Amino acid sequence: MAAVAHSPSAARDASHRRDEMIAFAIMAILLAIAPLFAYPVFLMQAICFALYACAFNLLLGYVGLLSFGHAMFMGSASYFSAHIAKVWGWPPELAIIAATLGAAAIGVVTGALSIRRQGIYFAMVTLALSQMIYFFCLQAPFTHGEDGIQGVPQGRMFGLFDLSHQMTLYFVVLGIFLLAFLFIHRIINSPFGDVLKAIRENEPRAISLGYKADQYKLAAFVLSAALAGLAGATKALVSQNASLTDVHWSMSGEAVLMVLVGGLGTIFGPVVGAFVIIAMQNYLASYGQLVTIMQGLIFVVCVLVFRRGIVGEIAHRFNKSL
Amino acid sequence: MRDVAQGPLLDLSGLEAWYGESHILHGVDMNVRRGEVVCLLGRNGAGKSTTLRSIMGIVGKRKGSVKFEGVETISMASDRIARLGLAFCPEERAIFSSLDVKENLLLPPQVKPGGLSLDQIFELFPNLKERLSSQGTKLSGGEQQMLAIGRILRTGAQLLLLDEPTEGLAPVIIQQIGVTIRKLKEQGFTILLVEQNFRFAATLADRYYVMEHGKIIDSFANSELEANMEKLHDYLGV
Repeated sequence: MAAVAHSPSAARDASHRRDEMIAFAIMAILLAIAPLFAYPVFLMQAICFALYACAFNLLLGYVGLLSFGHAMFMGSASYFSAHIAKVWGWPPELAIIAATLGAAAIGVVTGALSIRRQGIYFAMVTLALSQMIYFFCLQAPFTHGEDGIQGVPQGRMFGLFDLSHQMTLYFVVLGIFLLAFLFIHRIINSPFGDVLKAIRENEPRAISLGYKADQYKLAAFVLSAALAGLAGATKALVSQNASLTDVHWSMSGEAVLMVLVGGLGTIFGPVVGAFVIIAMQNYLASYGQLVTIMQGLIFVVCVLVFRRGIVGEIAHRFNKSL
Repeated sequence: MRDVAQGPLLDLSGLEAWYGESHILHGVDMNVRRGEVVCLLGRNGAGKSTTLRSIMGIVGKRKGSVKFEGVETISMASDRIARLGLAFCPEERAIFSSLDVKENLLLPPQVKPGGLSLDQIFELFPNLKERLSSQGTKLSGGEQQMLAIGRILRTGAQLLLLDEPTEGLAPVIIQQIGVTIRKLKEQGFTILLVEQNFRFAATLADRYYVMEHGKIIDSFANSELEANMEKLHDYLGV
């Protein structure tokens, strides 16, 4: 039998958990002091995209389902929250919650249709559904077509925090992100998460042990949709608008890019990936269309040289789970 | 410990199965009584593993009748069949490699009361206790097999379907698995075993079925083994 040194299970689990908690604390501190060094609006955008990428990673990294339609959740939730805040005049917290639930509802319908298929077929079904949502948003009167919904009021969170104050908004956005991040971490490390990983690895085996794999996949899909919706809803309040770019298929592609660059199936990878990609788009914007080419090059380098992604490689090098 | 009543726990009649277009089982008739260890023998490709997979409902298409405790399961989904109290240990073991040993053990849902506790499983397989936090991929073949058997004992399933549990293992580990199967039988588990290793099976089984070309062609009890030895050599080509 293989003679591998083994530490008692409890100690090992505890040390994993400690690594993750330290990494989480470092991330929280870095993000809390980041506005001292970088433009807060850029940071808030990046945080929203980080949440979006984490939501996407929940589905791709832990259930093995490559959705090519996550823009529909991000985009429609951003329309919902913009419309609710602007036209209905609801306070921001209710706009965000309602928009998240709206995205979850879309997730239930699209998920029920798409999880019957796997691999490329699943990707194509989700892409098709998301294109339907895109064209709906292009035509529907409440989205204002090409103009989008502009001038979304930010209002007061819980009637207390004035979100038009930039730093208040920043810490509210950061708070939403950190809570959602812990929620995802909890899902992944729960018995439910173990079943998801088992389904990813060997679906027929998980079924023959007595699990209804489809229900688990649907639950994960809806959770991922809701979290992507939360990202979109928050982003609409940050940028004070909701537009077609958020429902466009390229937004779905961006999720794939961020997750693969950061590290597929790692908890922190999507955050790093999102910051890298958004920073590139932001700071290299002066190069115009060249940004897309640079992104493509980075993607190629990533796939060829560090296939595990940035965080995946680091975790592998130091034999940690991050 | 368990109720060892007579009467078939599992009853197959006219079971046919297909993988895609290929017709693999052509009407299998057999039964397994409560508390028995029944061994399915046959050459490679005779349809032994397919029979187990058909019982669990994980083949492309199946027809005929599979009754468990008198309940017809032929049109049930695989996850419902598992929840009736059947557990399958596949030939390839199918350990979930991204989960550690403990997670693998705890993953299968408890379908019936009366499954073994983790401590009872560790009594059968002390190695697993030492490897509790190892990833599924870092186990030796023998440990993987122990884990594959161990994790279905917790579920409370009464009928264990074991597909070639000794394949590719060292003699000392085969012996350990034999001891375990005997202990499980003493504890009241019913076992349907597929085995190429006839010498291993002969020390465990109460009855034998012999398969060829997707059909049962012969069956006899362990007491008739001597008398059937010549025929059996013929069937198995050993």
